[in-house]
Amino acid sequence: MAHDHAADTAHHDDHHDQPPSGIGRWLFATNHKDIGTMYLVFSLIMFFIGGAMAMVIRAELFKPGLQLVDPGFFNQMTTMHALVMIFGAVMPAFVGLANWMIPLQIGAPDMALPRMNNFSFWIMPFAFTILLSSLFVPGGAPAGGWTMYPPLFLQGGNYVAMAIFAVHLMGASSIMGSINVIVTIMNMRAPGMNLLKMPLFCWSWLITAYLLIAVMPVLAGAVTMLLTDHYFGTSFFNAAGGGDPLMFEHVFWFFGHPEVYIMILPAFGIISEILPTFSRKPLFGATSMIYAIASIAFLSFIVWGHHMFVDGMPLAAQVFFMMSTMLIAVPTGVKVFNWTATMWRGSLSFEPPMLFALAFLFLFTIGGFSGVMLAIVPVDFQYNQTYFVVAHFHYVLVPGAVFAIMAAVYYWLPKWTGNMYSTRLAQTHFWLSTIFVNVLFFPQHFLGLAGMPRRIPDYAVQFSDWNMVSSIGAFGFGLSQLLFVVVIIQCARGGKQKVSAEVWDGAAPTGLEWTIPSPAPYHSFTVAPEIK
Amino acid sequence: MRVTRASVFTASAGAFCWNAAASANTSNGYNLPEGVTSLSRAMFALHMEVFWICVGIAVVVFGAMIYSLLKFRQSRGAIPDTSMVHSTKVEIIWTIVPVIILVVMAVPAADLILKQEDMRDSGLTIKVTGYQWKWQYSYMDAADGVNFFSTLKQDSNFARQLDSGIDPHSVPNYLLDVDKPLIVPSGVKVRLLLTSMDVIHAWWVPDFGAKRSAIPGFVNEIWFKVDAGKEGIYRGQCAALCGRDHGYMPVVVDVRTPEQFKEWVDAQRAAAAGVGTATPATTALNLH
Repeated sequence: MAHDHAADTAHHDDHHDQPPSGIGRWLFATNHKDIGTMYLVFSLIMFFIGGAMAMVIRAELFKPGLQLVDPGFFNQMTTMHALVMIFGAVMPAFVGLANWMIPLQIGAPDMALPRMNNFSFWIMPFAFTILLSSLFVPGGAPAGGWTMYPPLFLQGGNYVAMAIFAVHLMGASSIMGSINVIVTIMNMRAPGMNLLKMPLFCWSWLITAYLLIAVMPVLAGAVTMLLTDHYFGTSFFNAAGGGDPLMFEHVFWFFGHPEVYIMILPAFGIISEILPTFSRKPLFGATSMIYAIASIAFLSFIVWGHHMFVDGMPLAAQVFFMMSTMLIAVPTGVKVFNWTATMWRGSLSFEPPMLFALAFLFLFTIGGFSGVMLAIVPVDFQYNQTYFVVAHFHYVLVPGAVFAIMAAVYYWLPKWTGNMYSTRLAQTHFWLSTIFVNVLFFPQHFLGLAGMPRRIPDYAVQFSDWNMVSSIGAFGFGLSQLLFVVVIIQCARGGKQKVSAEVWDGAAPTGLEWTIPSPAPYHSFTVAPEIK
Repeated sequence: MRVTRASVFTASAGAFCWNAAASANTSNGYNLPEGVTSLSRAMFALHMEVFWICVGIAVVVFGAMIYSLLKFRQSRGAIPDTSMVHSTKVEIIWTIVPVIILVVMAVPAADLILKQEDMRDSGLTIKVTGYQWKWQYSYMDAADGVNFFSTLKQDSNFARQLDSGIDPHSVPNYLLDVDKPLIVPSGVKVRLLLTSMDVIHAWWVPDFGAKRSAIPGFVNEIWFKVDAGKEGIYRGQCAALCGRDHGYMPVVVDVRTPEQFKEWVDAQRAAAAGVGTATPATTALNLH
C-alpha cells in the first residue's frame, strides 16, 4: 500500500505512512481516517447509552402502574435518551462517515483542516461527560424534554447550566466539522471532478454542513437566553417579566426543523450510493436527486411552525405552515421514486448493506406518510403530543437515519479494515432489527390515535396491550444491536477473508474509494487522481 | 364512500376491543375516536380521507418496489438496463402528481381550520387555568361565579405510587378520573379560554377534538359543542410535558342536558352563598 507512492514522493517520508503508535495516535490525531474511526466508535458507545435509557423507558411502560422508576427519573430518561441519540449517536455517526468517506470519494489526501478536525472530535467526549454527569448531581439530569421549553426547563437545578454548556460545546463541534466538510469539498476535489460529478454522499453532506452552520448558532442563542433567564435575572421567556415563552419555541424550532434534516440528508446520500451498486445500474435522475436535497434543505427553514400548531397560532400562519410542510413531500417523493426507478430493470442482489438500504426505503416511506398526516393542521390537533408523533419520528430516525448508518458501515467496513465480515451474522442482525423495529414502533401509531399522550410514565389500562407489544419489540431491538458490535469487532480483528480493492466486485460500485487498496492506506491520494 | 370504508375499519376494530368500556372514550383502541362534536367528526373524516390516500399511494409505491425486488433479481438472471438513467418526462410527472394530491388534501383541511378558529356566538365561556398538576375551571357568562379545581382522584393517586401494590386494573378509570369534573351543557357552543399559572400545559379531550396549550402569559381559545343526546362523561389528559406529574392531571368533562346544567349551576351558587365566600373568589378571576 505504502510502497507505490513512497518511491516517487520521497519528501513524504516525514509524514509517516504508518500510523503513529500508542495513545498519541488518537489524542493528537489529524488523520481523517483515525478521526472518522473515533467519531464512529464514540457514536456507537452513545447509541448504547441512549439505548439503555430507552430500555428503562420501555421497561417502565411494559405494564400500567409504576414498577421501576419514579416519574421524575422517567422524565430524565426520555429527555436524556433524545439528547444522547440526536447529538451523541446519529450526528457524530454521520460526521464520522463524512470524515472517512469524503476525502476518499473526492480524491483528496485528507480533510482540509486536520487540526480543527481533531479539536471538533475531542470536544464531544467532554460535552457528553458534562451532560451525562448531570444524572449524578442534586436534582438530576434535564427532565423537561429535549426541546428544553421554558418555563419547565428553568425549574431545574444544576442541570440547567450543565445541559446548556454541553449544548454549546456540541454546537461548536458541529460548526467546526461543517466548516471542514465545506472547505474540503470546495477546494480539494480531484482535477476534473466538477460538482455535478461528485458522489451523492458528498453532495448530501455539503448541503447538511450549510444547514448546520445556519442553525447551530440559533440553538446556541436560544439556550444562552435560557441561561441568562435562569441565572442573571433576564426575562426573555418569562411572561411575568414581560417575556414570551412561545418565542423560545419559535427560535428552538427554527433550529429544530433543519436539525431534523441534518439527521436525514446524509442518509439520503448513503442510500443513493448503495442502491445503484447492488442494482448494478446508475442512480436514476442523479441531478434531480441533488435538486431534491437542496429543495428539502431550503424548505426546512420555513416549516418550523408545524411543531407548534397546538400552542395557538394565527389562522394565516396555520395555513402557511401546513402548505409549506406538505410541500416537503414533493422533493421527498422525487427521491423515493428515483430510488425505485434505480432498482427498476436492474439486477438486484441482497448483500447486508443492500438489505438495510431496502428496509430504509420501505420504512422511511411509512414515516413519510405519517408525516403528511401530521402536516394536516386540523387533524394535527388530535395527533400532536401523542404516541402517533413518537411513532412518526422514530420511523424516520431509526429505520431511517440509523438503518442508513448501519447500511453505510456494512458497505464501507471492508474498505476500512480490508476484511469481509460475517455476512451470515450481518443478515441475522438485519432481520432481527427489521422485525423488532416494527414490533417496537408500529403499535405506537395505534396508541397515539387511541389517545395516549407522549412523555408519560404510566397510562390508563386501555393502553396496556400495545404498550406491552411495543416494549417486547424494544427489548428485542436493543438486544439485536449487540450482534452489530460482534460483527464489527470480528471484522476489525481479521474477518472472514481479505477483500479486493473493489470489495463488491460482483456488484457495480462506483466512486474513487474503490480504486484504492483495501484496507485504505493511511495516506490515500497523495497524488490526485484524474477524473475523465 | 370513504366514510363507509372508515366504518368497516372501525367495525373490524371491535374484535380487538379491550377494556374500552372502562371509559367513555369512543376510540376503538387503535384509531382516532369519531367523537361527539361536529368538529371531532370532521377531523375524523379528514383523518380517514388522508389515511386512505396514503394507503393508495403506498400500494402503488410499495407495489413498484416489491415488483422490482421480485422481478429484477440477479439470481433470476436479470440483466441491468444501464442506459436507464434519466427521464425528464417521468420526473415531471412524479413531481406534478404529488402536488395535485396534496392540494386535494389541503383544501378541505384549510376549510376545517376556518371552522375550528370560528369562536363567534358561544353560549358559555369557561376559563381553564393549568397548574402543576391540576386544572382550575372558572365559569363566566350564565354560570358566572362558579369556580373550582379539578385534580386526580384519590384511588388513582394511591395506585399510581411507585410499587403501590394496587393493581391499576382494579381502579375504575385509572389515571382518567378526577375529584370534580368540568360540567358543561350539551347542545351549547362552549368556548374555553386557556392559560397557565406556571409551565405550559395542554388541555385535551379526544372525543371533542379539542386540544390547545395553556401557556403562562397567553390566553388561547378553543370551542366545542357536544351533540344533544350525547350526554355523559368524557376523558382526556394533559398533553404537554409539564413536569414530574404530567401523567397525572387528567381532564374529565361531564356533559349534561341544559336543564340539568342549570340546576347544577344554581346548586353551586346556593352552596357558595350559604358559606358566604362566593364573591371574593370570582371577581378576581372575571375577565370581563
